[in-house]
Amino acid sequence: MTPSASSGEAEPRIRVVGLTMAYGDFVIQHDLTFDVTRGEVFIIMGGSGCGKSTLLRHLIGLIRPSKGEVFFDGASFWGADDERRQLMLRRFGVLYQSGALWSSMTLAENVGLPLGEFTDLSPSQIREIASLKLSLVGLGGFEDFYPSEISGGMQKRAGLARAMALDPDILFLDEPSAGLDPVSSRLLDDLILQLRDSLKCTVVVVTHELASIFTIADDSVYLDAETRTMLVQGNPRTLLAESKNPKIHAFLTRGGQESERAPAGNRSGVLPGGTA
Amino acid sequence: MTSATSTAPLNASWHWNLDPSADGVILRLSGSWRMQNDLPAASEVEHGLGAVSTGRRLRFDAREVTAWDSGFLVFILNVLDAAKTLGFTVDRGGLPEGVRKLLDLAAAVPERDTKRGGAPDPFVTRLGKSSLSVLAGARAMITFLGEATVALAHAAVGRARFRRVDLMLNIQEAGASALGIVSLISFLIGLILAFVGAIQLRQFGAQIYIADLVAIGMAREMGAMMAAIIMAGRTGAAYAAQLGTMRVNEEIDALSTMGISPFEFLVLPRMLGLILMMPLLTIYANLVGILGGAVVGVGMLKVGLIPYWNHTLNAVTLADFAAGLIKSVIFGVLIAIAGCMRGMQSGRSSAAVGLAATSAVVTGIVFIIVSDAILTVVYDAIGF
Repeated sequence: MTPSASSGEAEPRIRVVGLTMAYGDFVIQHDLTFDVTRGEVFIIMGGSGCGKSTLLRHLIGLIRPSKGEVFFDGASFWGADDERRQLMLRRFGVLYQSGALWSSMTLAENVGLPLGEFTDLSPSQIREIASLKLSLVGLGGFEDFYPSEISGGMQKRAGLARAMALDPDILFLDEPSAGLDPVSSRLLDDLILQLRDSLKCTVVVVTHELASIFTIADDSVYLDAETRTMLVQGNPRTLLAESKNPKIHAFLTRGGQESERAPAGNRSGVLPGGTA
Repeated sequence: MTSATSTAPLNASWHWNLDPSADGVILRLSGSWRMQNDLPAASEVEHGLGAVSTGRRLRFDAREVTAWDSGFLVFILNVLDAAKTLGFTVDRGGLPEGVRKLLDLAAAVPERDTKRGGAPDPFVTRLGKSSLSVLAGARAMITFLGEATVALAHAAVGRARFRRVDLMLNIQEAGASALGIVSLISFLIGLILAFVGAIQLRQFGAQIYIADLVAIGMAREMGAMMAAIIMAGRTGAAYAAQLGTMRVNEEIDALSTMGISPFEFLVLPRMLGLILMMPLLTIYANLVGILGGAVVGVGMLKVGLIPYWNHTLNAVTLADFAAGLIKSVIFGVLIAIAGCMRGMQSGRSSAAVGLAATSAVVTGIVFIIVSDAILTVVYDAIGF
């Protein structure tokens, strides 16, 4: 291993330094600084409208930050020239909120398009890989369906298959469980964990689903809508146990109802007041 | 002692009156307080409250209210506001329990100052804002033209990334699928040209020149123009709507983050399809238009079919056809640019997609007419 490669290993997968996001004069979030370690599931959480998805769009290079920098494996994204940036982009897989499948193509074509663009594989090989990726998300046999012919949950899974097409180093998932029923959402969580463990993928997830957060998160960052900046970084379970910040506590407990733990505490069926 | 009461007609389902009490006043409410009952304005109560002299305490008595809905809530809210400004202390105890809970809920989150709905900006500010947005629009257009040029240059050297299937689909959509409507419109345009000319030419016994008029009119001007206007409404709008919807669905973002240029992948096949098909459609429109003229010439003006045919052949030169074809290519480029540009610039909502489609048609037609005017002058100057 060359020295430069080993120093690259020590770098965090993603490093965000002093990132400020703004539309014109309107600041959405300012001074975000955090690291995403390689091989972990990193959650971007926060209330509705705090700029979670906007942060994701900054991380995947769709929006240029108005201040600050994003580094991937130590290399600056916006400091790089166009060609290098394209190469960095190719190491990302992105699942959009709506799935964002290309509607004029079948699922196999959707998954196969990046392969056809960026590899020298033959069409039949591409087809095989596309089928494999679709089977991984439980959509084997749906290769020749168009996105409009399958359900929303299936579209999301197909979007995940497409995001995984080029075996990305980093998977970005924008609200993967939004609009899914609890069971499908749980299956998606399991899938994310498997991707992390088997492919050593770094996964960045934007979500506000508590169940999902506690199931998959290794690390997280909390964006606050009022102060317009991040309040804390850390594992959500640790945050729940240790954080003194009332906002984070309220977020992680659905406004202090302790609903996460309520079923365990009430197993006897006796209300706290003992009036049952 | 003062007391106020509702001035409602006797058949009203609701009733209120203000009863003086020891330290203030009691607002007694009764009957059915629903929105469809034409409820009273709270200002009437406000007048009554203003005249109260016994004290500054307001109580409610709503025991006889038989039914209520949001209309009642709004009435009560307004009464509470009025009471507050008049310096009353309010005891809500007499209100129905549901009303009290809803009032608390409405007051739980204070109204936020969202800076909306204030006074409109002064004229100069609005003028400045709209000038800036015109500038921004011009800038976006120039950016788009630049990207389009780069993409076309890539395509010219065979380095552009798009799927051949997409190009073929677009060629079919902008070509063969448009033949029906182009036939109908250009046939009728040929017919109209012949009619309008016939009335004038008949006065000189020069009906045979209808053939010249229709042939030259279609070849130089109307064929390209009508085909272009049809395509602006049909294909330009479709491009804007398709690309706009893709923007809403994040399909365009998905391409960008995959390192595939949406410009080459989506815009290029559409532009090429339309630019390739426009001259063909124009030739077709010319022929059908001349046929339309012939129907009037032969059928109505009794010009023989053979003389009409010969006159047409003599009248139109290759230069006339070329003049129309050059126009058609330029129109094709402009319609494709208008459609794709509006689509790519579309906002992220369904309303924005509608706007994009409308604006694509308007922009396309403006482009067509303006460039046609310029080309006509240029042709005249160089004697084409």
